[in-house]
Amino acid sequence: MQCPQFLFLVMGTVIILTSIVSYLIGTRLVAEEEIVVLIVLAVSVFLFILAFIITRSFERLAEVSKMKSEFINIVSHQLRSPLTNIKWTFEILSSGEFEVPESKQEEYFVNVKDNIARMVELIDDLLIVSRIEQGRLPMRKKEFSFADLVSSQVSRYKVFAQASHIELSLLIEENLPEIFADPSLLKLVTENLIDNAIRYTRGGGRVEVFVKKRDKRNIILSVKDSGVGIPQKDQKYIFQKFFRAENALKQRTRGSGLGLYVCKTIISKAGGQIWFKSEQGRGTAFYATLPIK
Amino acid sequence: MKKILFVEDEAALQEAVGISLEQKGYKVVRALDGEAGFRSAKTENPDLILLDLILPRKDGFEVLENLKKDQDTKDIPVIVLTNLEGMKDVEKAISLGAVSYLVKTDYDLKEMLKKIEEIIEK
Repeated sequence: MQCPQFLFLVMGTVIILTSIVSYLIGTRLVAEEEIVVLIVLAVSVFLFILAFIITRSFERLAEVSKMKSEFINIVSHQLRSPLTNIKWTFEILSSGEFEVPESKQEEYFVNVKDNIARMVELIDDLLIVSRIEQGRLPMRKKEFSFADLVSSQVSRYKVFAQASHIELSLLIEENLPEIFADPSLLKLVTENLIDNAIRYTRGGGRVEVFVKKRDKRNIILSVKDSGVGIPQKDQKYIFQKFFRAENALKQRTRGSGLGLYVCKTIISKAGGQIWFKSEQGRGTAFYATLPIK
Repeated sequence: MKKILFVEDEAALQEAVGISLEQKGYKVVRALDGEAGFRSAKTENPDLILLDLILPRKDGFEVLENLKKDQDTKDIPVIVLTNLEGMKDVEKAISLGAVSYLVKTDYDLKEMLKKIEEIIEK
């Protein structure tokens, strides 16, 4: 949807006509030529700026509409993938026509369960994103130890990291103060960062998690991996909805692309900042600060 | 025994479709990404290729293009098997030389197998 052609004609005609009219009126009311010219120029510039604003609004509307329909297309595809997995695996298990060897049966049941979880996760992510868009993200703040939260998350991921032959380590500064924030939302953020770090690191690599005091007013979480890194050209899009860096897509096609967008929103709303440093092929480090109560 | 190359990154589908095709009497060669898919097409010389579009390393469209440009593989019929259902994707796949475009969620496994049999037995 482009700015319709006729709108240019209309705006152009309006500018020309107004210039002529203001010239004619100007020469009748004002004696000096220079002042008339200035008036005509001023009027034309004003209309030109107006026209520019109108064109930009059209373009923005078109962009929003395009993004919405792309969003829906992507969501639809993301949901269909696990759905197909469930549908066909279930069909094989339940129809009499196919012989599923016993050794495979349990695997197939696990496939169904995993894909159901995948769909639930995607739908949860989508709900969060939708609430963020509408400015309705509920925050239930309380005082708690962020260090403890990160600690328990790292424990949860130990097995997964081991299975992928990745060394997962945690360093927490002593006597870290508590923070006043929503623990369930921050749990999402840490989950996301640790999950990404492990998934995009090849076997034999490392993921290091630190929590320490950044300064008098903030604590900082850092998740460093020795993984595939983010290519320079993709770095500015990393926090965008659905964006997945080219090398991330090549590594695994799963992943909603919503995680970092959600992280950024949560951290911002908690009064912190989130950023990263990355080099393709060497690794990535994500940093998030949170204000101390 | 006819040979089918299945290029698909979802492990659950490789299982479900693979096992059912094998039980129908076909030999199934599996490829989990675009590059492996193209390589296997050249080395295995299958009678039919089932090609997903969203794949790691090289997407399905690029693989399809390469298959049709390569002397060894250009005559192998390719069925695109995907969950992308936009008109533009269908047109692009057909124009690149796919003999059929099937949207996975539109079919039961049994129906899909029938479609595959129709094409490979022609």
